[in-house]
Amino acid sequence: MKPTGAHLALFGAVLASLLVSLGASHINDYYLDILLNIGINVILAVSLNLVNGHTGQFSLGHAGFMAVGAYGSAIVTLQLGGPMLRVLGGGGWFAEGLVFLTALTLGGLAAAAAGWLVGLPSLRLRGDYLAIVTLGFNEIIRVVLQNTSPDGAFGGALGLKGIDSSTNFFWVFALAALCVYVVAGIVNSTYGRGFLAVRDDEIAAGSMGINTVRYKVVAFVLGSFFAGLAGGLYAHLRTTISPEGFNFLKSVDVVVMVILGGMGSTLGVVIAAIVLTVLNEFLRDFEQYRMIVFALLLVGMMILRPQGLIPVGKFFGKAKRS
Amino acid sequence: MSTGLELRDVTLRFGGLRAVGNLSFAVRPGELVGLIGPNGAGKTTVFNLSTGVYRPTSGDVLFNGISLPGHAPHQITRLGLARTFQNIRLFGSLSVFDNVRAARLHHLQHGIIHALLRGRAFREEETMIRTEVLDLLDIFGLAGRADEPCLCLSYGDQRRLEIVRALATRPKLLLLDEPAAGMNPVEKESLMGLIRLVRDRFDLSILLVEHDMRLVMGVCERIVVLEYGEKIAEGDPAAIRRDPRVIEAYLGTEGEPAHA
Repeated sequence: MKPTGAHLALFGAVLASLLVSLGASHINDYYLDILLNIGINVILAVSLNLVNGHTGQFSLGHAGFMAVGAYGSAIVTLQLGGPMLRVLGGGGWFAEGLVFLTALTLGGLAAAAAGWLVGLPSLRLRGDYLAIVTLGFNEIIRVVLQNTSPDGAFGGALGLKGIDSSTNFFWVFALAALCVYVVAGIVNSTYGRGFLAVRDDEIAAGSMGINTVRYKVVAFVLGSFFAGLAGGLYAHLRTTISPEGFNFLKSVDVVVMVILGGMGSTLGVVIAAIVLTVLNEFLRDFEQYRMIVFALLLVGMMILRPQGLIPVGKFFGKAKRS
Repeated sequence: MSTGLELRDVTLRFGGLRAVGNLSFAVRPGELVGLIGPNGAGKTTVFNLSTGVYRPTSGDVLFNGISLPGHAPHQITRLGLARTFQNIRLFGSLSVFDNVRAARLHHLQHGIIHALLRGRAFREEETMIRTEVLDLLDIFGLAGRADEPCLCLSYGDQRRLEIVRALATRPKLLLLDEPAAGMNPVEKESLMGLIRLVRDRFDLSILLVEHDMRLVMGVCERIVVLEYGEKIAEGDPAAIRRDPRVIEAYLGTEGEPAHA
């Protein structure tokens, strides 16, 4: 198979993240932490953009799917990590990487399964039902986790501690690159026109032979999968997770990135994820006012610039013809 | 087995309102049939019944022997029935090209996995679709504007783009809902030629709802007239023009200005 430009870009990005990762010990720990946060937020924002931006649905529960992925992958490494390493013949970067990849994948698949269960009934409807259902799902996940036994696999309100610190620069940015590749690759293909058609006019899309429910479910399940991956990365970066970390406000953070960047604009959303993550660091002293600022920002954006800071087609995404 | 579209004794009620009552007519393969009647007679409702938007209260709608009620709109389109909309419903954020491309989706051989792997077969299909879409646009004189946002087109061109988009689904029957609305006389003239061309070139049948009598009488081989959801006449244009009930209900009597 002859590689295309998109293949090369993905390969280059993965290679670059591997090289930077090898030299990561030279990066100041604080800056490295911010960089990793940026990468995780890019995954969250780009994947939510597939649902909210490209497909025109409104999910308010991205943190819920992130929680499923975080808990799912953490439980895999905590409970099965030891036995898996033994089977693979002890430690080593390869065995540890394989265990981590398995945990991330299972976390992502668990989140995708949750997305399918939530999406299948609610996406058959049109309008704002998805927002209500996903908001509810987010809260249900949090409350259920909080009320599990402190001694059980989920750790109750205290959450999980002592998760392997496996997340590094390579994993975060290789998966962020994969996420951008998948979302941009799908959306820009002929197949992907279906998401945009559903967003623009669902009735017309149906009349053109597009299975609108299937498209919405595909977008939602795929978005949930990447949210789960981001959750797994987050869990293995922080090494402790608690239900409170995946509350509604976390979902709002991601929604703000999507709206600020420009719904349906992958480049814009990536930039918004970077800017808002960095901005958070500068505004640490004013943390209690953060949500007020975000709320004002959202209202302001909706009035002044609903297409986002970097709208679709500004730099990329123009219909190209040979 | 019947071929083409056939409405059998179709009734549709919205609560106490009967939008369509005991309506039966057929569109045979290759036919160009007009559907006319005063505002509110149920013309667009017939389209919505045929494309799965509404489900008849009683009666049946058949397409090539398959009963349509119960099928979702996208399934009916896949059976070979495509439509345009009275109030234009283009995909507003997409280019002219992408509007047509979106209507080719259900014929895709390569789905989401191939879009990710981007293998040779996938790229070949993308190229094939591009050629096909541009050829279609070319027939309607829109190929030069393929990359423009669809909403930049004039009203008449947007209507034509809707026809191109419907054709891209490869229909056997095309339902046109007031394609000439908002067009000037010159545009209407070329639309008439285009409708005939489409029928012959794509080997399909057309059901046309239109208020412009010159266009309907000029292009249709058979006309069905509705009033209050019921069929009051059916026949060739000459017979319809003479039919006293049609004249009373819709065309108007001598001396009175015709409905525009």
